[in-house]
Amino acid sequence: MNPSTRTDVGRSRWLRSWGYHAEFYAQTWRGSVASSVLFPILFLAALGIGVGKLVAHHHGLVDGQTYLHYIAPSLLATTTMQLGEGESLWPVLASVKWVRTYHAAATTPLEPDDILYGKLAWVATRAFVTSVFYTIIIGVFGALQSWWSLTLPLIGTLVTVAFSAPLVAYAARSQSDASFTTLYRFAFVPMFLFSATFYPLSAYPGYLRPVVQFFPLYHGVALARAAAFGQGSIPAQLGHVTVLVAMAIVGVAWGRRTMRRRLTD
Amino acid sequence: MSETHILEARQLVKRFGDFEAVKGIDVAIDRGESFGFLGPNGAGKTSTMRMISAVSQPTSGTISIFGLDPRFDGPEIRSRLGVVPQEDSLELELSVRHNLEMFGRYFDLPRRVVRERATELLEFTQLSERANEKVDNLSGGMKRRLTIARGLINRPEILILDEPTTGLDPQARHLLWDRLYRLKREGVTLIITTHYMDEAEQLCDRLVVMDQGSIVAEGAPRVLIEQFSTREVVELRFITDDHEEYYERLAPFAERVEVLPDRVLLYVNNGDDTLRDVHAAHITPSSALVRRSSLEDVFLHLTGRSLTE
Repeated sequence: MNPSTRTDVGRSRWLRSWGYHAEFYAQTWRGSVASSVLFPILFLAALGIGVGKLVAHHHGLVDGQTYLHYIAPSLLATTTMQLGEGESLWPVLASVKWVRTYHAAATTPLEPDDILYGKLAWVATRAFVTSVFYTIIIGVFGALQSWWSLTLPLIGTLVTVAFSAPLVAYAARSQSDASFTTLYRFAFVPMFLFSATFYPLSAYPGYLRPVVQFFPLYHGVALARAAAFGQGSIPAQLGHVTVLVAMAIVGVAWGRRTMRRRLTD
Repeated sequence: MSETHILEARQLVKRFGDFEAVKGIDVAIDRGESFGFLGPNGAGKTSTMRMISAVSQPTSGTISIFGLDPRFDGPEIRSRLGVVPQEDSLELELSVRHNLEMFGRYFDLPRRVVRERATELLEFTQLSERANEKVDNLSGGMKRRLTIARGLINRPEILILDEPTTGLDPQARHLLWDRLYRLKREGVTLIITTHYMDEAEQLCDRLVVMDQGSIVAEGAPRVLIEQFSTREVVELRFITDDHEEYYERLAPFAERVEVLPDRVLLYVNNGDDTLRDVHAAHITPSSALVRRSSLEDVFLHLTGRSLTE
């Protein structure tokens, strides 16, 4: 074999990492796709139609919407949150500790930043595709009532990245997955249940409302609902966006530190 | 740095908190050379490897690879290096071929080139028949070969191998050694860490012996053996709980005597003569073995400890 010429020219390096994830997914997606298609339909059918009938019987509408329509957009937010969680904790710990594929990548021209950005860009890509699909499903159930609905894929992507960035950073500094289950039990599941996901903020007692509003997912749910129904004020939506963008920025900054430490020390 | 040195490190230090893993080592490696880092686990070999593969930054000291500085030119340097880490770190769910092709994309090699090279490298590492198999199903030796193939996908000028044959059976080791010889013949500079003496003697033109973060000796294997050991070694075992008690009686027969937990080593020039003298003095070991000196003896002499125990 002859000595190579310089090979480190061409595509941005983070894009190579993105491409790696994409090719990996292209090789392995078949197992996961059925559940991700079926889940939203089953979920909406079960809650929207079943609980929706009860709600209709007792109260009529929720914030002017049928119950099915009311919960459909929040499904987009919870799903994209879960995508961010699922893609970020175990897969990243495996890549830096169990299988060490990120360590292998770090011996190529890629820098730790490239590996991080490629990962997050790939997670964002998946989130966008998933969000488009969910938006269509929500539309099929009749819950899209405004042109703002077109922003739903972007909202879903933002929610995913807002969760993924800090969780990737956290996983990159973890030595075991013991704390991951705790996170699910005491953070993600409560957030899923109590982020005004299934009933409006006004249904919570006054002293609990600040707690709900503290949950990052609440901001995703509120945004998704506002976009689907064309409700709510622009400043309020900008506030929600700011919270999620801030999470993403802090997560990326933290991740750059933890990835560099993990891969180059 | 001089033109002939493809890699040069000066006063290299790596500290993790209070622990100093590498304590100021100097290394210079020539193009086309096969260079070894020999030492027991924990000697600082892997930390050194990670620094000279431009992955981890030294705490202090300087490195020059291809005349470039890893602090500023990391990506460029790494694009011309191949690294075979201690752990295979392969994608277990993917096929053998996909592992190679996807890794090649990290170097931004065009798809067509990557495909050609993957085919070539699978041939070279005798994995062609397994090309479409999931990596999970491969034996340890095959995974190791695949990791070497992966390290060659960018046609590196230097191939860095960290413990390439640890955990492999003898047949797998010999196959691997054979492939490394071929690479060397093709002009690839090899840098190898190992704690196997025979591996270092087989593969390395020159090596350094590392112990507790420092280099304790440097040279060609044969030169080191001549310098630090005698031509032959007589290994004697006795039926006893403590071989130490034979030290006094055996000392007159050899230039140097080392007592290990399970045997006594006599360093001599002619093992057969010595063995005859020992028997003549009515010292009767339960077993006796005459062998040539090896790097193991060099290490024992330099550090007072055995490498593998």
